Amino acid sequence: MYASWLLTALLVWPLLAGAIVLLAPARLAKFIALAASLVEFAISVPLWWTFVPSGGMQLTADYAWIAAWGVHYTVGVDGISLFMVLLTTFLMPLSILGSWSYITKREPGFYSLLLVLTTGMIGVFVALDLFLFYVMWEVMLIPMYFIIGVWGGDNRLYAAIKFFIYTFLGSLLMLVAILVLYLHAGQASGVYSFGYAHLLGNAKDLGSLAWWLFGAFFLAFAIKVPLFPLHTWLPDAHVEAPTAGSVILAGILLKMGTYGFLRFALPFFPAVALNQTVQLVIVVLALIGIIYGGLVAMVQPDFKKLIAYSSVAHLGFVMLGIWALTLQSVQGALLIMINHGISTGALFFLVGMIYERRHSRLIESYGGIARVVPLFAAILTIVSLSSIALPGTNGFVGEFLVLIGSFRTYPIATALATTGVIVAAAYLLTALQRVIYNPLAQPENEKLTDLTPREITVLVPLLVLILWIGIYPKPFLERMEPSSRALIQQLRPGPAAGDTPGQP
Amino acid sequence: MRLDPAIYNDLLLSLLPELVLTGWSLVVLLFVAWRHETVRDLRITAWLTLLALVSTAVATWWLWWNTATIQGQVSMIAADDFRWVVTWVFLGAAALTVLISIAYLEREQLLAPEYYVLLIFGTLGMMVMAAGADLMVIFLGLELMSVAVYVLAGIDRRRARSAEAALKYFLLGAFASGFLLYGIALVYGATGTTNLVLIGGQVSLMGKPSVMLLAGLGMLIVGFGFKIAAVPFHMWAPDVYDGAPTPVTAFMATGVKAAAFAALLRVMNQAFGPVPAWHDILWWLAVITMVGGNLFALGQRSLKRMLAYSSVAHAGYLLVAVSAGGAAGSSAFLVYVIAYTLMSLGAFAVLTAKGRGGESDVLIDDLAGLATRRPWLAFALAVCMLSLLGFPGTAGFIGKWYILIAATTAGKNTLAAILVLTSVVSAGYYLPVIMAMYMKPEPNEAAHVDVCLDRWGRSAVAVVVVGLLLFGVWPNRLLELARSAVETVQPAATTAVTPR
Repeated sequence: MYASWLLTALLVWPLLAGAIVLLAPARLAKFIALAASLVEFAISVPLWWTFVPSGGMQLTADYAWIAAWGVHYTVGVDGISLFMVLLTTFLMPLSILGSWSYITKREPGFYSLLLVLTTGMIGVFVALDLFLFYVMWEVMLIPMYFIIGVWGGDNRLYAAIKFFIYTFLGSLLMLVAILVLYLHAGQASGVYSFGYAHLLGNAKDLGSLAWWLFGAFFLAFAIKVPLFPLHTWLPDAHVEAPTAGSVILAGILLKMGTYGFLRFALPFFPAVALNQTVQLVIVVLALIGIIYGGLVAMVQPDFKKLIAYSSVAHLGFVMLGIWALTLQSVQGALLIMINHGISTGALFFLVGMIYERRHSRLIESYGGIARVVPLFAAILTIVSLSSIALPGTNGFVGEFLVLIGSFRTYPIATALATTGVIVAAAYLLTALQRVIYNPLAQPENEKLTDLTPREITVLVPLLVLILWIGIYPKPFLERMEPSSRALIQQLRPGPAAGDTPGQP
Repeated sequence: MRLDPAIYNDLLLSLLPELVLTGWSLVVLLFVAWRHETVRDLRITAWLTLLALVSTAVATWWLWWNTATIQGQVSMIAADDFRWVVTWVFLGAAALTVLISIAYLEREQLLAPEYYVLLIFGTLGMMVMAAGADLMVIFLGLELMSVAVYVLAGIDRRRARSAEAALKYFLLGAFASGFLLYGIALVYGATGTTNLVLIGGQVSLMGKPSVMLLAGLGMLIVGFGFKIAAVPFHMWAPDVYDGAPTPVTAFMATGVKAAAFAALLRVMNQAFGPVPAWHDILWWLAVITMVGGNLFALGQRSLKRMLAYSSVAHAGYLLVAVSAGGAAGSSAFLVYVIAYTLMSLGAFAVLTAKGRGGESDVLIDDLAGLATRRPWLAFALAVCMLSLLGFPGTAGFIGKWYILIAATTAGKNTLAAILVLTSVVSAGYYLPVIMAMYMKPEPNEAAHVDVCLDRWGRSAVAVVVVGLLLFGVWPNRLLELARSAVETVQPAATTAVTPR
């Protein structure tokens, strides 16, 4: 009973709440939105226990939608999407609470869009029908476009349209690929349906068509990840977006790209994806992302831009882990997807909080503020360390798994990727030093106030997760394992998939 | 209900909607001759026109309900579901045009009640075009429609641009009619008939098509190309759309275009089904229309000109559906034409609300901050823009998706890819409208004070928005209607594999 309506409730409730927020008095908007997102989180929490670690889809629901084209409303979760859904519902209340004093104009619109965005994001992760997936993929685009464009920084219009057009370009080509796949499956089996399992089952014998289709899916997902050289929208969008927008962009939207690879591009076209040349190209691009992203982050004067480029590097690790296709590397990639949402999300929150006080994101505007705002400095340090992947924090577990898992498949690439960890330490620690240590040179910084209870409330859940995953990642890993194993088994049938799960 | 064209009564019955509308047009004409002085008379004329359109729709519905078909092969009039559905599209477009015209005419001091009479005649011409199963009937309908619309374009006699638009439209339209007529003559020379079904029979007997037939086919495509404003025959469109009064522009961009497309689809499928050449010609025409229309639109700063070029781009999308052929192509065409009519009319309707005296000069940037002052109007325009862009949740998306299905079914993957790539380009000019309304500040307090629609304009916009969102989320009925409507316009020869 609970099982069949749970995911649907997660999709419908935010839409409903979004409408309520719009209709209610403007001064109540944020309270209603916060309550709604907490309810959403409460609905999703039982997923953690209801979910039985196994390879298949669970909590599925299936209804006919557009009969003429064989479109169904089909949703379900497995070990890959489960955490993405939970991460989404977990970050939403925090984002709303984090925007409490940041957003001052047109509040109902902002919170309503955040809630609609929630539906879109969860929809992308749970859709098991490619029409539904495509619709959700596009639906989350509009709220984000408005969030950047209306509530963003000075250069927001440029950032918003760049974000929109990049994503739109990728997704429309994916649309054609979905249609070709649909017709191919229809002609092969006589059944015209956009169902995930149906298309997956009939995706064989595509011949050279598979290259084009993979290319279209690749473009859509690679833009979203973003993979070098398609990453140029990301620094603009991240920097201009309001805090909540940056958190969600980094925390969830980027993961849609890597999720897309895991769910669609790899299983549909294994022959192309595991072709030697394609592998080489993607691993090299991931490596460039890791090292180039880190190096560019190192020279950023703007703290927010630094974090944006560090995202490029982190997502490079994810791509490396996915393409290495060992149990450890895939689990590591999934874990980095979660960790990046938590750590980078926390970093964006922290930058947003200090920006509200000082109205500057430049690293050079600060210095020595550890004496003025000790709590802020302490939390920033912990979060930065977790982003650097210090042992004991969540970041370490993920990157370690990816590195040991990938070493067997790509020894040289993995060795090079390891330098990315060092680069990460270089840019984040330097930035940390320049912001919170060094002498307190600027008089404006002497009057900064430390974190308020509301801000602490936003950050504490993130800190708890940083330490929990860092110290005891087993509950996460055991839920991911069967699905990861099934994925690898499907792509690379053989003994390699039978390894014991890596546990640091 | 089977109608025998040899029996006089049956023939009249098959023309029932046209006869009803003709009768009404005489009533309205008489009324206008009698009372044409005051604003109140103008209003009554508008109501009579709406009544005429509704009763014609009911007559059409009656024929549809009784599944009226023509007995035997050879008839000058077609009676099939395709005709009924496009007739509803014309009537709907005309009715929405009337709704947005009421306030517009009063505001612009255009106290010319013949406006509504011409609107009825134009609609009548469209219906005849869609009903024609003979090139001569189609030509008659085309001329009836065109002459009425030439006058409508120039109805604002005090404005030079309106007169310029009318003259330009008339000259180029006459030119296009010449092409069309010459094409008909050549086709007649090659096959000895002007009846579509008989031409189809002759053509399939011919084997390799003769040069004269191909030349005639080319001329026909040029003639229709002018009317649908396909690149490179679109030169007149921006100036005419820009200069004509906005409700007339809305009517031209939707009704006239839909009628020309309906005739094109019928002629190509029924008469030239066995000739592969037209698929290739339309393939190229579609490509350059999509590319050209979208690129030209990108450079526009005036909202009305942007919409004019956007309607050129949409002609390209519709050409993809026609070029794809097959049952899927024809039903995709129907779905898209319905969606396009709604969203295009909605956009023009909102445009009539902005500014006085010279809507043609509303720049996209003039909409800055509209969302804070007029949230509902801004929302409506935003929905129309997203639908024109083909965004999920709107009817425009469903239409585009269907066209893509049709194109890929016909094996035209390249055409599908070009369609989506040019759609990305179109984001470059639809989004700035949304951006201006929502993301830019109002230039001054009074910028949007006079922006408003009267009750009827508002109801037209509401119908459009509800329709777009409803069909965007729950298109089942629409798709079913479109699927069942196209069976008769298919040539027997082509049996493409299509999804259910």
